[in-house]
Amino acid sequence: MKKFNQETGIVLPLDRANVDTDFIIPKQFLKSIKRSGFGVNLFDEHRYLDKGEPDADNSKRPLNPDFVLNQPRYAGASVLLARDNFGCGSSREHAPWALDDYGFRAILAPSYADIFFNNCFKNGLLPIVLPRDVIDALFDEVEANPGYSLTIDLPAQEIRKPDGTVLNFEVDSFRKQCLVEGLDDIGITLQDSDKIREFESQWRTTAPWYFTTP
Amino acid sequence: MSGKTLYDKIWEAHLVQRREDGTSLIYIDRHLIHEVTSPQAFEGLRLAGRKPWRADANYATPDHNIPTTRDERAQGLEGIKDPVSKIQVSTLDDNCREFNIFELGMNDLRQGIVHVVGPEQGITLPGMTIVCGDSHTSTHGALGALAHGIGTSEVEHVLATQCLMQKKMKNMLVRVDGQLRTGVTAKDIVLAIIGRIGTAGGTGYTIEFGGEAIRNLSVEGRMTVCNMAIEAGARAGLVAVDQTTLDYIEGRPFAPKGAMWDEAAAAWSQLVSDEDAQWDAVVELDAADIEPQVTWGTSPEMVASVNGTIPDPSQEKDETKRQNIEQALKYMGLQGGTAIRDIKLDCVFIGSCTNSRIEDLREAAKVVAGKRKADSVELALVVPGSGLVKQQAEAEGLDKIFEAAGLEWREPGCSMCLAMNADQLGAGKHCASTSNRNFEGRQGFGGRTHLVSPAMAAAAAVHGHFVDVRDLG
Ligand code: SF4
Repeated sequence: MKKFNQETGIVLPLDRANVDTDFIIPKQFLKSIKRSGFGVNLFDEHRYLDKGEPDADNSKRPLNPDFVLNQPRYAGASVLLARDNFGCGSSREHAPWALDDYGFRAILAPSYADIFFNNCFKNGLLPIVLPRDVIDALFDEVEANPGYSLTIDLPAQEIRKPDGTVLNFEVDSFRKQCLVEGLDDIGITLQDSDKIREFESQWRTTAPWYFTTP
Repeated sequence: MSGKTLYDKIWEAHLVQRREDGTSLIYIDRHLIHEVTSPQAFEGLRLAGRKPWRADANYATPDHNIPTTRDERAQGLEGIKDPVSKIQVSTLDDNCREFNIFELGMNDLRQGIVHVVGPEQGITLPGMTIVCGDSHTSTHGALGALAHGIGTSEVEHVLATQCLMQKKMKNMLVRVDGQLRTGVTAKDIVLAIIGRIGTAGGTGYTIEFGGEAIRNLSVEGRMTVCNMAIEAGARAGLVAVDQTTLDYIEGRPFAPKGAMWDEAAAAWSQLVSDEDAQWDAVVELDAADIEPQVTWGTSPEMVASVNGTIPDPSQEKDETKRQNIEQALKYMGLQGGTAIRDIKLDCVFIGSCTNSRIEDLREAAKVVAGKRKADSVELALVVPGSGLVKQQAEAEGLDKIFEAAGLEWREPGCSMCLAMNADQLGAGKHCASTSNRNFEGRQGFGGRTHLVSPAMAAAAAVHGHFVDVRDLG
């Protein structure tokens, strides 16, 4: 997995609560059997004026000039500023894949949907929870200052603002370690294969009805 | 020491390891697989040279992409017109073959929506941990199983290790006391719950649904409720095991038989929360207060009684909420203050893992029997949840009732619930749908979804606008 240590980048504000996974990546793009290439279709239904198709030439499609992603001042953004319950809806990991593929490395929001939150960590994307008033203030600052960027320092659990002030954030220690070291979950779990095997044989005795096949 | 919730009990029984910060490995009894969220996971296994930990714990069926017209289905894979969808379905077949995983292929009579098939086959059993790369895996909690949706990386993790890495959730009890009024269904209960706690109300919790009204539901009805636990933000929903649960499971193909059935049933009878269990949150509703529900916006929490009105954003004091309402109404092409009954419909969709079981189809058929769909309704689809549901419905003559009323009777699959196949809602069209999500574009680009119960959808098909099913007599 991609490592995450420090990231400095332009902040893109998505001022909308309950952004669901259909909003992040519409379902027609879920037909792909690959993991990459979803970035051009991130926020597809809002970013373009027509309906996107998996094999379309996106460079020829009409852009929606009102959508924040198309505003030149946010070009190259790698930090997404969002509202409550970001990523609600389906379990599709295509949502973090699309965000990652577009170039986002971190998300700041007051709250996330559980499955999405979890999926981010598996893909080197850091979702940070900040209090609602802090998020509100960030929206104002981003709006007022073109080129506004933040530095996110995961090992120190700090966000450094352009004016030098620092915001601290919480992150679960195990997930932090995985991100900082770029560890693969499966590899970690397989180190405990003996424990799994031991559990399994005991469980087979306690609840044999879960192990039958007709 | 205080007692335990059902969630606590199932969690503890499956705990393989717990790290200091609470990150735990829990053992997974069943893994359900469909074509959309699995290809990258199998590819990951292959790249790492890994094999499934326990191939016999996995069960697959394609559902999201497959066509639902009889002609297309009769042609098998060749009937899938969209080449990208076809590759996805054939990739599932190939992966199952390569890794020796049991699959109900698209032309198997038992194929269907994965969350309908699991319980129907007895693949879902009480007290199990079940995962699937699909958020509506919460459905299986209706049988007293701990069932979560997972992402593709976790699909790969479960395939490779038979475990899920997770932190324990908090416990929420949603108690629905009293009795439902006639014409009010499980779908109305769960929409009312979401209307009350909001789409993020259950985030971080496992919700157990209890109370007299839940106990009185059939297992099918309980599945409708648990199915939408995710729409309330909860990854898993649960209903305690009782005689209704056991009666439902006994005799199903993959359920234990003979002496093992007796032992299992005795163990499963213990799968209830203790009287003195500690809840982190409790929500109470009175079933008698619940009326048939209709969503008017682009989130399941934007819901009202059929006799209510669409909220007027100018009356909303909270700035964020007002903006949300305005955005939703703009997308839906609706005005605040309009009566729900005055919403005109162009389409009706009866199906999805929320409401495509035999009981749902019976309720819908009862409403349309001997009637005709309104001329203004261009398209009305009835899509059974599985081949076996379809067979049962046909044995009862329900297909004929639907067709006589002008509704189309289709082959099983997800269909217009998320419109990954050809069943799509047109831009600007309003659809009364028995599915679970009314997000922008969910049923088709620009489509406008109103979530309702099967009986309410059927009544809307006949009248061309929403009506209170209780007025139909
Ligand atoms: S019916 Fe709809 S919600 Fe259910 S699994 Fe299929 S697409 Fe998902």
